Amino acid sequence: MLTAKDIYKGFDGLGVLDGISININKGEVVALIGPSGSGKSTLLRCISQLERVDSGTITLGGDVLCKTENGILKYSDEATQRKIMLRMGMVFQSYNLFPHMSVIQNLIDAPVRVKRESKKSATERALAILEKVGLSDKAAQYPYQLSGGQQQRVAIARALCMQPEILCFDEPTSALDPELTKEVLGVIRSLAKEHMTMLIVTHEMSFARNVADYIVFMEGGKIVEEGKPEQLFHSDNERTRRFIGES
Amino acid sequence: MTIKFFNDSERLGRLVSLMLSGAGVTLSIFFLTLLFAIPLGMLVAQGRMSKRLPVRAPVSFYIYIMRSTPLMLQLMFIYFLLPMILPFRIDRFVAVVFAFSINYAAYFAEIFRSGITSIPLGQYEAAKVLGYTKVQTFFRIILPQVIKRVLLPMANEVITLIKDTALASTVAVVELMTIAKKQVSSSSSIEPYFVAIIMYLILNGIAEQLCKFAEKKLNYYR
Ligand SMILES: Nc1ncnc2c1ncn2[C@@H]1O[C@H](COP(=O)(O)OP(=O)(O)OP(=O)(O)O)[C@@H](O)[C@H]1O
Ligand SMILES: [Mg+2]
Repeated sequence: MLTAKDIYKGFDGLGVLDGISININKGEVVALIGPSGSGKSTLLRCISQLERVDSGTITLGGDVLCKTENGILKYSDEATQRKIMLRMGMVFQSYNLFPHMSVIQNLIDAPVRVKRESKKSATERALAILEKVGLSDKAAQYPYQLSGGQQQRVAIARALCMQPEILCFDEPTSALDPELTKEVLGVIRSLAKEHMTMLIVTHEMSFARNVADYIVFMEGGKIVEEGKPEQLFHSDNERTRRFIGES
Repeated sequence: MTIKFFNDSERLGRLVSLMLSGAGVTLSIFFLTLLFAIPLGMLVAQGRMSKRLPVRAPVSFYIYIMRSTPLMLQLMFIYFLLPMILPFRIDRFVAVVFAFSINYAAYFAEIFRSGITSIPLGQYEAAKVLGYTKVQTFFRIILPQVIKRVLLPMANEVITLIKDTALASTVAVVELMTIAKKQVSSSSSIEPYFVAIIMYLILNGIAEQLCKFAEKKLNYYR
């Protein structure tokens, strides 16, 4: 469903992504692992349009975000970019909830303002989603009144409320202590059971092993190894073994 | 110095009502300045933060001039300059409001700019991936948070502005200070100054309470 092919990206001439290709099928959970600075966030940000690639092709379903032919990069028109943006959700490490809005407002504001949905139907869906992430009783609270784990679950709910076809996570639990990490991972796990398509950057190896259908291990802007969890966790590749062993 | 007003209630009544009319002019200058300077300051802040140098450089220069020269000098300059470059006569009151507006816009712009740049990048990114347009992001997500952050420095400026309106007397706009001065010199008593002090205190007391109220209103989140 989502395909990124031969992605190159540098900052100020310094290469960060060095020819990465990744493919995610519908209903699949792909975990992206690798040491710090390997370019995981950058890849995710290129896919979610927070950064522009230097070269490569990205498509979602039938829509082309950008493509490179004969070495010439071409991004689609604004309307297509926006259409693709609305089909994807993103969850950040630092939650990035809107502090001046209550939980329920955080959830329904974009559906109402961006998608022009009625307040009533957005609210109904938002309440159902809040229930799913176990925060029904927090609808009227403000983000500062919630724990980190609760804030991250609201952030997931906010992304879900836009009904994305694919959800991207950038280290959703690395700002949380183990107890709160568990509750957030629990939510992601339940989404996986419902076959939500997800691309997750994570340092939680056992989570990647148990929940992901496919794992991509990258280092230095390149993919070192990729495959089913069992393959990577019993890898012959020296580098993979060392990274997984250390984590 | 003899007491000329405070022992003559009729005379005092006349003085107070005269000075109240002056306070009305003071308030007009005050509100009109806020009315023009706040949106103008917002625009100037945007220009000051522009990525384009041809926009940013002149805007920075304008802020520099406004903040580095005395407001009184700017007031006189505009008061004498405007009639020279404009084909029609302008009222001295209009010249004063114009000078105050462009001066305060520069100060407001710097306050808005620091407020806007203090909003974490993550807020923009979250809004972007949710599909908000740039305009929606500014008005729905950024501005409400900026308002909370600029409230305190803005309250300081508001109080300064009320006091600065007295500068309008240098170009003989008949506001509170001008009347007080006239009354003092014609009566050779400083009682009109007392009345003026009390009126400024009341005006600023009200302004301060309003700011406190706004602060409380915005206290529902952190
Ligand atoms: N906006 C930027 N400007 C300049 N360099 C950047 C920028 N963003 C990332 N980089 C650089 O790109 C490289 C890859 O960064 P990236 O954040 O993608 O790594 P990561 O795999 O997500 O690491 P981590 O596990 O620490 O989050 C790093 O060397 C980083 O310094
Ligand atoms: Mg990262």
